[in-house]
Amino acid sequence: MTIAGYRIPPMFSLIFWAIVWEIVGRLGLVFLFPPLSHVVMELGQVLGSGQFLGAALLTLKCFFIGIGIAIAVGVPLGYLMGRSDTADKLLGIWVNLFVSAPLSALVPVIMILFGMGEATIIVTVVLFAVWIIALDTRAGVRDVSPSLLAMAQSFGATRWQTTTKIIFFAALPEILAGIRLGVIRGVKGVVIGQLLVSILGLGELFELYSRNFLMEEFWALTLIVFGFALGAAELIAILERKIDFYAGVRHG
Amino acid sequence: MTAAARAVRAISSADAAKPVVEVRNLGKRYGSQVEALRDINLDFPAGQLTSLLGPSGCGKTTLLKIIAGLLPATNGEVFVNGQKVTGPGPERAFVFQDFALLPWATVVRNAAFGLELRGVPVAEREKTARHYIDQVGLSGFENRYPHELSGGMRQRVGLARALAVNADVLLLDEPFSAVDEQNRRKFQEDLLKLRQVENKTLIFVTHSIEEAVYLSDRIVLLSPRPGRVSEVIEPRISRDRSPDQIRRDSAYLDTVETIWRGLRDYAD
Amino acid sequence: MSVQTNSQIAGGVDAAREGAATTATSGESILLWRLASIVLFCLAWEIAGRIPINVAFPPFSEVVMAFGRIVADGTLPAAFLDTLQPLVIGVFLATAVGIVMGVGMGLREELEWAGVPVFVVMQAAPMAALIPLITFIYGIGLTAKVLSVIILALPVIALNGYKAVRNVSPSLRAMCRSFLGSRRQEIFKVILPDASPMIFAGLRLGISAGFVGVILAELLITPTGIGDLITYHRSIANYSEMYAAIATIILFAAITVGLLERIEIALFRPEKKEHA
Repeated sequence: MTIAGYRIPPMFSLIFWAIVWEIVGRLGLVFLFPPLSHVVMELGQVLGSGQFLGAALLTLKCFFIGIGIAIAVGVPLGYLMGRSDTADKLLGIWVNLFVSAPLSALVPVIMILFGMGEATIIVTVVLFAVWIIALDTRAGVRDVSPSLLAMAQSFGATRWQTTTKIIFFAALPEILAGIRLGVIRGVKGVVIGQLLVSILGLGELFELYSRNFLMEEFWALTLIVFGFALGAAELIAILERKIDFYAGVRHG
Repeated sequence: MTAAARAVRAISSADAAKPVVEVRNLGKRYGSQVEALRDINLDFPAGQLTSLLGPSGCGKTTLLKIIAGLLPATNGEVFVNGQKVTGPGPERAFVFQDFALLPWATVVRNAAFGLELRGVPVAEREKTARHYIDQVGLSGFENRYPHELSGGMRQRVGLARALAVNADVLLLDEPFSAVDEQNRRKFQEDLLKLRQVENKTLIFVTHSIEEAVYLSDRIVLLSPRPGRVSEVIEPRISRDRSPDQIRRDSAYLDTVETIWRGLRDYAD
Repeated sequence: MSVQTNSQIAGGVDAAREGAATTATSGESILLWRLASIVLFCLAWEIAGRIPINVAFPPFSEVVMAFGRIVADGTLPAAFLDTLQPLVIGVFLATAVGIVMGVGMGLREELEWAGVPVFVVMQAAPMAALIPLITFIYGIGLTAKVLSVIILALPVIALNGYKAVRNVSPSLRAMCRSFLGSRRQEIFKVILPDASPMIFAGLRLGISAGFVGVILAELLITPTGIGDLITYHRSIANYSEMYAAIATIILFAAITVGLLERIEIALFRPEKKEHA
């Protein structure tokens, strides 16, 4: 948007909403929203507390292990579905089902099978992230230009060479897009998993704050979690833009 | 221009025609860096087909869109029938490179869309649309959808839509570039026939030298970056012969050759 | 142009018919493959349950029988009604508000500036974290569930509406202007029809997100509906019943979303219909 000839970047509107929040909070209109400034001041308090530190470490650990497993499983799975029609037909409906199904309903099962601990949260992250990574990888592998494959074949490339030197790089933009979406879903998974287990990590903190109506602490924690989610997604997006260079060459 | 091209004098109305479209000192800049057009002065005589020809990036489509009123000029002006152009008008109709057909509408509704926007009642506008669908050779396809048609047939719908609003000036933006070669030739021949029935002024953007020479009364050659008028050529080819004869005519071949020699410097 | 272009027209139609014929034959085999895939999945489940890999992992056949039991005693249908009510209300409200906001953001720059970043944040962030709060504020009734559905469904519906309007073919818009269409005509005759497939796709994603919202609300705090059924049978170690409830709601969500996808293709994508 431009005001008086100056372009105001879109993200500035978040500042605008922050001010609205502050005003609403000061007026005390909605119990739900304490003034943003109080929340921000509480931020330091929350960040410094040992309880938060433990929860953050647990969250990060579960998240990265989960995403790692999701990538390690999802990319080969997507590759298999992209290259083999049989695999695609057998696995396709399940992957498509799980990518849009309300997987939160499965968390109670995971809790029974894996216990009320870290393992459950890791499995939740994997379950949330793996399907979209597989689907995007499959799309990328299917999309590899046939003339590139024919080229590799005509120069006598082995199957392994074709996979590692052609298909992987040609599909990389889609794989990364899938991983970015997987990361976003994984963050939701790590939060939902902890909320449902509710006796450890962030879930315990959220439970504690909302049960005791500590709104400022609650929002401070929420802001931290949102910030982490956006930061993680943005990090992958930057990586993606670098890879877009290849994509531009490929589609150009 | 070669002697041969000058020698073949057509019975064209070029000498008598007064300009319908006048372009005066026209310039166009995108931002502060890119200068697309500089100091264009052109007259487009009534009833003639004028091609804008040039290498890619010479601003020919930009010029056409400014005449259409779809883009504002940075400086200079365009007059149509003596009226200054400030936006699209009823006396001009545009044929789009990518057809711009509504995918959810049938051939009839697409062809009648210009009239629909003008508030013409359904029965009347569909009657007009059917007439022009027949004229462009698509009768029997009235209730088909664009995705059921080939590229050439889709562009025929685009042409019928432009004809249906009964504008004096048809602006065609590379209308055949998304049509395959055989259909393009057929379409070109049909367009020549159509010109004998409908008395329109046509402005035609193309990057094909052969197409320009084959179709045009006048060819405006544009040079690239910034686009300027480098030459205006009148092929003077008699059109009352068969297409094959025209394509073997020495005037046709010589004009193609002349233009190619002028343009080859721009090839990269 | 009296000369008919017979050869070309016939060619086009033939090509279309050929395409339809090949997809028709592969359509049957796709169905067979799906059946095979489902049978294999159930078989694997049955075997894993019989080994058993875990005491809390019943074989498929027992889950099917449990499904029969909870349907027969009426708990599953009742739970479904409890779950669907807030879902339908929430999705309806999110759709109405989301489409208006999304289209508005696509058409007007100030709305885009003010709204898009907020929805982008809402979509990327784990909004589920707010559900416990909502339940504490609005109690454990219908309101809390409806709100949970809305906060999860609204961002994707609004953002899809926005993107849909932004992705309308510029050449169609130019066409409308060149044939003297007014702004109103441009919006109603070109922009909205061209945007509707993507708006509808947003609706589908919104419903998918709404399912997550309502189930989370039920699992987390509000002890009603399917969520309660799951929690209850887990607490008394009726694992087969629990699996049946979970599988039912997941399948129900997947089938609903799948049906919407079919409707989407039938309504908006004439060019894709024969490949569906």
